[in-house]
Amino acid sequence: MRKKILTMLEQNGRIDLKDLAVLLDIDEAELANEIAQMEKEHIICGYNTIINWDKTTEEKVTALIEVKVAPQRGHGFDNLAERIYNYSEVSSLYLMSGGFDFTVIIEGKSMKDVALFVSGKLATIDGVLSTATHFVLKKYKVYGVALEKENKDERILVTP
Amino acid sequence: MRNPLSDKAVQIQPSGIRKFFDIVSEMKDAISLGVGEPDFDTPWRIREEGIYSLEKGRTFYTSNAGLKELREEICVYLKRKYHLEYQFEQVLVTVGGSEAIDLALRAMINPGEEVIIPQPSYVSYLPCAVLADAKPVIVNLKAENEFKLTAQELLDAITEKTKVLILPFPNNPTGAIMNRDELMAIADVIREKDIFVISDEIYAELTYCDRHVSIAELPGMAERTVVINGFSKAFAMTGWRLGYAAGPRMIMEQMVKIHQFAIMCAPTTSQFAAVEALRSCDEEVAKMVEAYNQRRRFLLNAFREMGLDCFEPFGAFYVFPCIRKFGMTSDEFATRLLNEEKVAVVPGTAFGDCGEGYLRISYAYSIDNLKEALGRLSNFIKRLDTIE
Repeated sequence: MRKKILTMLEQNGRIDLKDLAVLLDIDEAELANEIAQMEKEHIICGYNTIINWDKTTEEKVTALIEVKVAPQRGHGFDNLAERIYNYSEVSSLYLMSGGFDFTVIIEGKSMKDVALFVSGKLATIDGVLSTATHFVLKKYKVYGVALEKENKDERILVTP
Repeated sequence: MRNPLSDKAVQIQPSGIRKFFDIVSEMKDAISLGVGEPDFDTPWRIREEGIYSLEKGRTFYTSNAGLKELREEICVYLKRKYHLEYQFEQVLVTVGGSEAIDLALRAMINPGEEVIIPQPSYVSYLPCAVLADAKPVIVNLKAENEFKLTAQELLDAITEKTKVLILPFPNNPTGAIMNRDELMAIADVIREKDIFVISDEIYAELTYCDRHVSIAELPGMAERTVVINGFSKAFAMTGWRLGYAAGPRMIMEQMVKIHQFAIMCAPTTSQFAAVEALRSCDEEVAKMVEAYNQRRRFLLNAFREMGLDCFEPFGAFYVFPCIRKFGMTSDEFATRLLNEEKVAVVPGTAFGDCGEGYLRISYAYSIDNLKEALGRLSNFIKRLDTIE
């Protein structure tokens, strides 16, 4: 049941609790309880909104940075990771397999902004060996949502 | 000038759905719950295969009965899903399930032989039977039986001249399904009376309690059943126009012959895409089924809250609520609902006279869409209640 609840919330975090209870055929109080429990267990860690900032007048730049580091004895990558993700500029951080160690996703106001952060903060952290910065030019699909796709119902209105 | 028309064609009534379509299309901001096809796009991997086949220049005819690769895949699928055993020679790929219904009737009927058609049911059985020179015999299914066909009803309809029973489950428009035991009871009568079955299982993937059981799976039934299925509902592929029939060789040979002269072969691009659908879309189908099931519960719950009587349907994507207590015919109710609240539904009578007093409401729509439509329906009913 948890899987079903999570799948639904992942698609729509704002879904009405009463509706969700009907859709999943669970008692509403029980559902509320289960969600609260999962929030407590940090299975549900937050509720975000998917925004296409390009459609606003707001200037925003997203960059994906490949970071190579030297893992620390006894701590592996975790300490370094924490030093990186504590910066509010970092929106996501993943440990990777393959040619580099971390993928750091950064949101900044401008390319210069991001570049300054990388050269001034990220690259200077002890244990960071190298960085490679890639700027995002256009976002097509984010969290399963195609940002510019129109959902128009073109079916004939009444069919047998 | 002489009358250029065939009497047989002229006597066929146009579908009752047509009238509603004409009104709705004229209306701005009408919401429709009248659609008989999935709201999902065909899964991308299927579309991609279609595109790929075009890029490869696969724009030729296929063999009359369809691509061997597809027919073999259909056999694997029917066995995997419904425990049906067919060789690929027993499978014919058609232009939608509709063509298969037409072919099966034409292949099996001699003039004057009777075809039993349970109603409410899909609109094309009756005209196809008439065009095949059959005498249609209607069985009116009952709400108290949850619109299932009972052995007694079948027995009562059978005469010396009965040749074929059309078995339309999971059912459009009622959403009714028939389970194994209920089919067993029917099958006893069919074997006993030595008649044949055209089992329209186009909605087989869309059931919401037990898995669909095909009557052809029951003992002694494969040799007297033509199973009809297709890609439209299961894989959201209505526009690809692809269905199939599987049955006893003797019948299939005749169906292939008619198909060969009337159609030549089903669309090649669709056939290539369909192979992918059968091979690797179980997960996509499961997702769609789950979404339909959620909407089904959502509708039934809303009906309960607004005091609209409805038996719980477990198949297809329709609910069939009863509107008798409002003292209107289905047609009046649907017309007023459309004019006053701009919600289009299909009157039950479009699927047979015994659909009087019922509406077919489709849930092949997003929850948001359903919510808006249900709000309007609820307003309409509230107004009716206060007038009373």
